[in-house]
Amino acid sequence: MIHSLFLINSSGDIFLEKHWKSVVSRSVCDYFFEAQERATEAENVPPVIPTPHHYLLNVYRHKIFFVAVIQTEVPPLFVIEFLHRVVDTFQDYFGSTNVGDQLPTGQLSVVPWRRTGVKYTNNEAYFDVIEEIDAIIDKSGSTITAEIQGVIDACVKLTGMPDLTLSFMNPRLLDDVSFHPCVRFKRWESERILSFIPPDGNFRLLSYHVSAQNLVAIPVYVKHNISFRDSSSLGRFEITVGPKQTMGKTVEGVMVTSQMPKGVLNMSLTPSQGMHTFDPVTKLLSWDVGKINPQKLPSLKGTMSLQAGTSKPDENPTINLQFKIQQLAISGLKVNRLDMYGEKYKPFKGIKYMTKAGKFQVRT
Amino acid sequence: MSASPAYSEEKGGSSSLGEPEYGHDPASGGIFSSDYKRHDDLKEMLDSNKDSLKLEAMKRIVAMIARGKNASDLFPAVVKNVACKNIEVKKLVYVYLVRYAEEQQDLALLSISTFQRGLKDPNQLIRASALRVLSSIRVPIIVPIMMLAIKEAASDMSPYVRKTAAHAIPKLYSLDSDQKDQLIEVIEKLLADKTTLVAGSVVMAFEEVCPERIDLIHKNYRKLCNLLIDVEEWGQVVIINMLTRYARTQFLSPNQNESLLEENPEKAFYGSDEEDSKDDKLDAASLVKRKPYVMDPDHRLLLRNTKPLLQSRNAAVVMAVAQLYFHLAPKAEVGVIAKALVRLLRSHSEVQWVVLQNVATMSIKRRGMFEPYLKSFYIRSTDPTQIKILKLEVLTNLANETNISTILREFQTYIRSMDKDFVAATIQAIGRCATNIGKVRDTCLNGLVQLLSNRDELVVAESVVVIKKLLQMQPSQHSEIIKHMAKLTDNIQVPMARASILWLIGEYCEHVPKIAPDVLRKMAKSFTGEEDIVKLQVINLAAKLYLTNSKQSKLLTQYVLNLAKYDQNYDIRDRARFIRQLIVPTEKSGALNKYAKKLFLAQKPAPILESSFKDRDHFQLGSLSHLLNAKAVGYQELPDWPDEAPDPSVRNVEVPEWTKCTSREKRKEKVEKPFYSDSEGESGPTESADSEPESVSESESESGSSSSESGSDSGKEEEEEEEGKGRAPESLEEEEEQGKKGKKKKPQHEGKGGSETSWEEGSISESSSSESDSGSEAEESQSEPESKRRTTPPSSKPAPKASRKGTKEISLLDLDDFTPAPPQPASSPAIVSTSLVTDLEGLTLTDASLTPTMLSPVFSTVKTYELLHRMAGEGLSVEYYFNRQPFPPDPHMVAVQIQFSNNTESEVKNLRVSEPKLVSGMRIQEFQEIESLAPGDTANVIMGIDFCDSTQAANFQLCTHSRQFYVSIQPPVGELMAPVFMSENEFKKEQGKLTGMSEITEKLTLPDKCQSDHTIVQRVTAAANVSRVPCGVDNEYRFAAKTVTSGSLVLITLERKEGARAHLTVNSEKMVIGTMLVQDVSQALAQ
Repeated sequence: MIHSLFLINSSGDIFLEKHWKSVVSRSVCDYFFEAQERATEAENVPPVIPTPHHYLLNVYRHKIFFVAVIQTEVPPLFVIEFLHRVVDTFQDYFGSTNVGDQLPTGQLSVVPWRRTGVKYTNNEAYFDVIEEIDAIIDKSGSTITAEIQGVIDACVKLTGMPDLTLSFMNPRLLDDVSFHPCVRFKRWESERILSFIPPDGNFRLLSYHVSAQNLVAIPVYVKHNISFRDSSSLGRFEITVGPKQTMGKTVEGVMVTSQMPKGVLNMSLTPSQGMHTFDPVTKLLSWDVGKINPQKLPSLKGTMSLQAGTSKPDENPTINLQFKIQQLAISGLKVNRLDMYGEKYKPFKGIKYMTKAGKFQVRT
Repeated sequence: MSASPAYSEEKGGSSSLGEPEYGHDPASGGIFSSDYKRHDDLKEMLDSNKDSLKLEAMKRIVAMIARGKNASDLFPAVVKNVACKNIEVKKLVYVYLVRYAEEQQDLALLSISTFQRGLKDPNQLIRASALRVLSSIRVPIIVPIMMLAIKEAASDMSPYVRKTAAHAIPKLYSLDSDQKDQLIEVIEKLLADKTTLVAGSVVMAFEEVCPERIDLIHKNYRKLCNLLIDVEEWGQVVIINMLTRYARTQFLSPNQNESLLEENPEKAFYGSDEEDSKDDKLDAASLVKRKPYVMDPDHRLLLRNTKPLLQSRNAAVVMAVAQLYFHLAPKAEVGVIAKALVRLLRSHSEVQWVVLQNVATMSIKRRGMFEPYLKSFYIRSTDPTQIKILKLEVLTNLANETNISTILREFQTYIRSMDKDFVAATIQAIGRCATNIGKVRDTCLNGLVQLLSNRDELVVAESVVVIKKLLQMQPSQHSEIIKHMAKLTDNIQVPMARASILWLIGEYCEHVPKIAPDVLRKMAKSFTGEEDIVKLQVINLAAKLYLTNSKQSKLLTQYVLNLAKYDQNYDIRDRARFIRQLIVPTEKSGALNKYAKKLFLAQKPAPILESSFKDRDHFQLGSLSHLLNAKAVGYQELPDWPDEAPDPSVRNVEVPEWTKCTSREKRKEKVEKPFYSDSEGESGPTESADSEPESVSESESESGSSSSESGSDSGKEEEEEEEGKGRAPESLEEEEEQGKKGKKKKPQHEGKGGSETSWEEGSISESSSSESDSGSEAEESQSEPESKRRTTPPSSKPAPKASRKGTKEISLLDLDDFTPAPPQPASSPAIVSTSLVTDLEGLTLTDASLTPTMLSPVFSTVKTYELLHRMAGEGLSVEYYFNRQPFPPDPHMVAVQIQFSNNTESEVKNLRVSEPKLVSGMRIQEFQEIESLAPGDTANVIMGIDFCDSTQAANFQLCTHSRQFYVSIQPPVGELMAPVFMSENEFKKEQGKLTGMSEITEKLTLPDKCQSDHTIVQRVTAAANVSRVPCGVDNEYRFAAKTVTSGSLVLITLERKEGARAHLTVNSEKMVIGTMLVQDVSQALAQ
């Protein structure tokens, strides 16, 4: 399977390597660098690069390329998924514990995903239901596509071998689900109950997709007026963000970004609230709006100066939106109850809901 | 070797990594900063007595290795510590050894004895790690030792050590391939291992060492299928991919017959026996094909056991199952993978990239599968270009007449993107849509022509190229466009586009006779400055004009050819020479000259714009080779289906303890094992989130089995009263009933005579639909209280919870976790009430009066379905129909009446059901064995099937004394429910609760034949087992039923509008059922 692994940082240094079979020279990475150059942007480096004697499979995360060297046929997703898990583990490991204090120990538990002999003085289990809205809104404000992706992330610190069940008020909402391996699939199939012995610590219990038949509530709208005029080196720019279907909750953490056409030299804008920046090199406009106050809608107005002499750009920028709403799962999903079996103590249980913008785009 | 040369060598190796940089390098934390000067310190530390110092030294050394620095000079100092007692130090020494042993083989040998000792250690972890290191140090001299160690470890008590043995096999094989035969023996032994821990690793070893030895799999096939869900994720991927290949060699294509049947059903059925005599040409293969296809139960087993893994969080597992379904499943079942694959599109972009390529290949073959997810492939401006282009590919593959306008509208936005590569790809995609879908060709062409005035040259160029291809399809109608393009030569600079325009003008010079020579004139002027491909096309244009219009272009042509003659590029010089000889008649040019016109102006076939993913599916999907569209090293071909299935009995296991051992037994065994096993609890099996689903369901269905037909249905009238009385207590005693059911005595078999009566009864009741209406009205008042109770929200949740808790606390491995839940007791199905109540009252099923007649007469025509055709059954033919009677032994089951007719010359004995292969949760109540059936005789039996409110087929075997036939029963959606009575008010109330997405409405037009009340009611009740609900309005019809398994209400409303128009509404919590029912009912009405 994976022969060697190289870690390459953004400046092109191979700063870590690991070989599982005989050593493969670093020079194999030259093929990778070539591909990287051709791609110009990191995100466009092909995840699979064939070379005369090897195949380079890579993933890009945290501005680091993880390049695996393969010699024979292997399902590419096998390697890619594995590399992502490696990154997750690094993140977990370097993030929480003091590096190097403790070497990972081999696990020989009857429950492969949970170590044995877990002990806590405070037993607690927290679940975060986080939903993301992916949407494409067209010029006129109507929804082209919108869907809700959700996850339940858990932080479980419970002594011993607790066996948990979590049930929903409205499990029918969940159209497509994928589970952590600890979840008993049959039980879900027959009763729509999540039954599992949790791993220790942080983990993703469930990812789900809300059935497509449901109309997705779109919590915000964007009013925009972006116009370039022929024969003028000035363009008008005006956007307003407002709440739409928020179920009475506050929309916060609103952030607007937009990639402006190349012809835009600079922008002179005034926001009614928040901070905005425009980078004349990358042409990226970003506006950190913050909270939306329905009484006084945030807006950003002003002019764009265009390259003189050239005609108006024929493409219009898309507006990308980020926001979050606390204490709301936009799909209406509700956890009914959480029960613990197999252990005697009373754990502290908590559940939190949040809705965020996923890939939320407004075409103009 | 001293330290300093090593260092300088290292410096030379990666000069970009200057030492001072490390301070800024975010990755160089404390442990990464090592320095050559300290190598002596390191040696000192390694020699010290303190473990802490040794550990610190080893950490630094390992960090050096990880940074790619040379630490080989430390080998002697490190290897001394291989026997160190401290396990942390030991681990790091192992890491070092694995890296450098190959380079310092002699020194490495010093450590071997330590590993050999380690292999005998009582701690399984140490045994395993000793084996792991031993097999990882690539020193050929120790091959015999490794072989021995692997063999021993393969019989180790600890599954963990056995797993490590499996891992060691490929390593040894790559070191010395002569060991293959011995290694295969070990693999064979480990394949027989019954633990999930070993399964994935040994299959991996099998794939690397002896993938051709498919025979080793036979005996382990069923076990692997059954273990699969509990194997760790990575092992699942390997096993699934291997089993895909295995299945392709052992089973028959599930689709070959289907397609044959579609084409020519008559022939497929009756072909063989009549034609045989006259038609000798039929070869063996086609005969095989003509046999009705029956899926091998092992094939089904694989499909069934992999399906839940589509829900895995691991993208590689999902992809593995998806490819398995794509390559192995019957066409009708492949669709399930689409949703899971679309889910993967929300993962990391690398995952998306791989998945999209696979989707692109699949969407060519099975477009319909992804059509519902069209919008999931819409492109966002933030997608990386490589993802955008793949999505575009998929969108193009999915385009058809119905969705093309949506797709084109979407494409229109893409064209204005800032990402020009993407825009170019979009234009090509439009071109492909235009060629594939004739309807939109002109629209696309017009759109592309408009793009010709785009400011971006790339866009224009791409459009020209695509327009050229489109015009080739029908040039005569488009001379305007060609003229327009001719003008573009003044502006467009992109060589490919210029070349395309020139080619077009040359090819269709007859359509633009005035412009063509002028273009040539201009091009002659700029010839020397053009790119090579443009020059070639100028020559081409010149040649064609010379042939068609030599008067105007003779001189120009000669001029161009002269220029070309002295071009720097030899291709162009050659071409010029060649063309001159061809078109300008001279004495030497001879015969060819006559044909010049034919050569140049031949009708050229229009190009086919097709996906680059076409036919990629000959590679196993999900593989690296598929992705690269080239065979990767070590790729195993996916074999074609065999024409004739190899002997299935090879998979039979003599001592089938695995398959027979019920999971309850297994569970018990596990419970006895120490739960908190640490490193010492060696042989403890792994806990699984899911244990074999099918053995559970099988044993369950067996336990409840063997009761046969329900009581037949005479005496309807008396029963009607009984029903009214019986209902009220039902919901109270429902739960108790659930418990009793299991213990309840099995009903007596009624014998042949009895079942025949019920058959007749069924046909009698055909005509009594009108009766049912009045019946239901009369019933209204009585049903009121009962239904009220039923409609109170199912607040019984705490109750089942509590009881579950009881079982839970005994052991978390209790079987109850894994059995499919009993069908919800909370929502009590009123439909089955009579039988329930009578059961409670201890009435035996032999009572003919039992059947609640008032529920049955609703349906009007009985549709029979064929279960086994006379030809396939070798004279035994079996038909079935849904008799719409409750199935008293189990109210959650649908009663299916089965009629056997014996058309053979001899007696058929021991007719029975065996080996039901059911989707999880589904259950079968078998009919009692028919001991014998005389020639020419028929027999009727009733069996019960709990379809779990789904239209999935129940598969089982029908056995006779000599043969067994694989059959399946698939219920129409209308048969999954039983009528229920309610009042108008109640109907409205329930309907009010089931709005929103539970409501499905369709507009339809009633045909002339279907205008009368009677016909409408008849047709609806024929399509679904529902009863009519009284209605105060004239133009409205209402029907109600409850699904048999879960008792969910299904309400149908048909509202007639003016004219023949009508609105059909179905309200049901079960949306799938609702949707399907709307279809079925509207179809029935439209007939």
